[in-house]
Amino acid sequence: MAQHDDGGENATAGSAVVKSEPPVVSPGTAVIPSDAFENPGLPPHRLRATDLDPHKDRVAERRVYTLFFLSIVGSLFAVASYVAFPIIPGNTMSVRLNTLMLGLGIALGLLAIGIGAIYWSKNLMRGDELTESRHPIRGSAATRERAVEIFKEGNEESGFGRRTLIRNTLIGALVATPLPAVVLFRDLAPAADPVAQLEHTMWAKGTRLTHDPTGVPIKAADVTLGSVFHVIPEGLNDKADRLEEKAKAAVLLMRLLPADLHISPGRESWNYNGIVAYSKICTHVGCPVALYEQQTHHLLCPCHSSTFDVTNECEVIFGPAKRPLPQLPIAVDSEGYLVAQSDFHEPVGPSFWERT
Amino acid sequence: MTVTETKPPVAPTATEPASTVPPSRGSRFTGAAANYIDERTSISGLVKELGRKIFPDHWSFMLGEVALYSFVVILLSGTFLTFFFQPSMASVNYAGSYPPLKGLDMSAAYSSTLNISFDIRGGLLFRQIHHWAALLFIAAIGLHMLRVYFTGAFRKPRELNWVIGFVLFVLAMAEGFTGYSLPDDLLSGNGLRIIDGLIKGIPVVGTWISYLLFGGEFPGTKVVALFYSVHILLLPAILVAALGLHLLLMVVNKHTQFAGPGRTNENVVGVPILPTFAAKAGGFFFVVFGVIVLIASLFTINPIWTYGPYDPSPVSAGTQPDWYIGFADGMLRLIPPGWEIVWLNHTWSFNIIIVILVLPLFLGLVAFYPFIEGWITGDKREHHIAERPRNAPTRTAIGAAGVTFYAVLWAAASSDLMATHFQITIEGVIHVLQALFFLGPIIAFFVTKRICLGLQKKDHEIALHGFESGRIVRLPGGEYIEVHEQLDDYERWRLVSYNEYKPVMLRPDSKGRITAGERARAALSRWFFEDRISPVTTTDIERSAGHH
Repeated sequence: MAQHDDGGENATAGSAVVKSEPPVVSPGTAVIPSDAFENPGLPPHRLRATDLDPHKDRVAERRVYTLFFLSIVGSLFAVASYVAFPIIPGNTMSVRLNTLMLGLGIALGLLAIGIGAIYWSKNLMRGDELTESRHPIRGSAATRERAVEIFKEGNEESGFGRRTLIRNTLIGALVATPLPAVVLFRDLAPAADPVAQLEHTMWAKGTRLTHDPTGVPIKAADVTLGSVFHVIPEGLNDKADRLEEKAKAAVLLMRLLPADLHISPGRESWNYNGIVAYSKICTHVGCPVALYEQQTHHLLCPCHSSTFDVTNECEVIFGPAKRPLPQLPIAVDSEGYLVAQSDFHEPVGPSFWERT
Repeated sequence: MTVTETKPPVAPTATEPASTVPPSRGSRFTGAAANYIDERTSISGLVKELGRKIFPDHWSFMLGEVALYSFVVILLSGTFLTFFFQPSMASVNYAGSYPPLKGLDMSAAYSSTLNISFDIRGGLLFRQIHHWAALLFIAAIGLHMLRVYFTGAFRKPRELNWVIGFVLFVLAMAEGFTGYSLPDDLLSGNGLRIIDGLIKGIPVVGTWISYLLFGGEFPGTKVVALFYSVHILLLPAILVAALGLHLLLMVVNKHTQFAGPGRTNENVVGVPILPTFAAKAGGFFFVVFGVIVLIASLFTINPIWTYGPYDPSPVSAGTQPDWYIGFADGMLRLIPPGWEIVWLNHTWSFNIIIVILVLPLFLGLVAFYPFIEGWITGDKREHHIAERPRNAPTRTAIGAAGVTFYAVLWAAASSDLMATHFQITIEGVIHVLQALFFLGPIIAFFVTKRICLGLQKKDHEIALHGFESGRIVRLPGGEYIEVHEQLDDYERWRLVSYNEYKPVMLRPDSKGRITAGERARAALSRWFFEDRISPVTTTDIERSAGHH
């Protein structure tokens, strides 16, 4: 990596810089004027106060060791704080105090070393700049020639280029060895087909709509005009895959004036007296569409600002989402509780390739 | 490498050890130890080669150091955290000492993060050190890249090191995102949900990649453990290897230096590793570490206990990713409504496909810029002088355009916050940013280029006619003039030591043909170097002296 050079150039302050031979490589479209200025060389070195005044030198020295001493104090303070400021369970203030005192001690221990060392280097260590010459990054002609020779010798001695069948099968074998890795990762996920799972949720005919997260069923009579409920299917909290089911089954329930709802043919029976239920999972990339604007009946996704119009079957009126939020058909059971008529009629959540 | 040194000018404190004094016990021991090690490692050769290696000094060279040192802090604090963190999504009932969450079901990952924060002394401090250091790491890399870009320090022979640095930048972002997701809190869980949606939108393979990544349906019970392996093993291993290569190439190529008197393309002027640079850089490591600890002890970062455990249903308004992922999130927000079609019985989510095309294209341009510029200029020389940004107006303008593009995406990630803070409509904010997505970079390009050329003209003027001395002289005719004084040689050198490039001439090749590639190169070259200010030459000065 490091090349030996044949003696660096002597660059005393103010002396002209020795020019190396002109470049042999193409300068491209760079203009190299013949009457350019000559590099004037390093300007004369200016001495620092500590170079000139022995008193200042001693002051600087004192500052450096004082800082290093302070660092020891800081580190010891941190150790003492660990013991002196314990965490009392349930007491948030004690956590803060522990963090603060421990942190300040460690910070002092570190900063004082750092500032001391930099101050030392800037004021007490040699102050003038040194010059070292650069060398072309490419190896010397002889080195490169030898490198080529080595490859040739290697090729001849092994017959790598001559014994083509050996070479080609080796390459083939090396290409094939990583292939098992392609299949090895299949079992990261279960055997079941993901597409089938994406198309269905927990909702089924008769599943009660319940409060998120308590799981208490919701009576249609409790859904007053203008209110909004965060809803999960009944029994969700008892499921082992609670979060996976919730990520698909979360629903928003709102009650609007029936006159405000624009209902497309075939969906007339999906609401109950103006109570409508829509998937809460954004059709863009799946964030919960949690913000309901009561006055405008708009649903807003806080992640990427997709906006859905509840009066128009949650069609997208702004933002990057394309599809409306899927509607959950609902009805009321004999006890007056809201229930689903069926599962969603389309996959909920973000789009995926196999979705049609 | 031999360094010819001049004697230190005046060193009143330097006292030469008298040769007659026998070596002390301490120095005898040091000598014996050094001998022991050298006889087994040949390390004296390394000390000889590198011990007095010269490093040039400039404040902007510190940015890469900040990145390096904060990475060390990340490794140290992260190791501490692994001793207490449980990378598992198994459901547990929280029984720790943070009252508001007591008795709640949550993942072991979230619960152990709460324990680190509230039950382990110094745990919260180290979590905050780790997080702040990570933010500083990525910020420092970004600024370091900008420094390298705007000074042209990526030119031959450093193109490969630029690419390695770019890889480090991407790895740092990946480290940041995986680490951010580990506590399994509500905010990071929503981030993962967005990643899931983004991946599902990829044609053909998206559904399956998501399925494998989450070990089944989102959110699954595997992703934290998987990210943990990636975060503490896979990515750091690659990162350390790339970092080692980055530093090795820096040593091989030697550091660039800014143009200045005595500094040439063939030398390095600066301080030697031993002792000055070692003291400065070593001290600076402690300063960076100390500042991070100070910030971590004073300012809360990522208070996961206020977000709660991950649940797919709740979300807080104004959710945002950590800032370095903001540009990707912003790009998602800028897509206009309705960009999704069903075609050939499959869903084509262009609202996602565009995002995953534009971002890599932008990052790819960043990664390959050195080769693009090298092709346009055709300059095959080595460049070791860091240019002043104004002396490469087009490059600087492209950089400004890139920064603006990034800034627009970044701003878009906060579009909802801007709307609520400034009481404007969110549609208005998005539409303005959509316009700026295209116009912003163009405006930034032209403005920056004009500013650069203006600054160059000013330099030209000063180099040619000197500076205004403030001395007003009344001529015999009654006219007042301000006397201009010439710069001294050192100051003038700073203003005139740069290269000017001409647009490439379109010429037929040896077969008499003009290839399409050459045409493209000529067009780009014209665009690059059409407007340019030549550096002042000695002839210019002589001519101008003749005028007065």
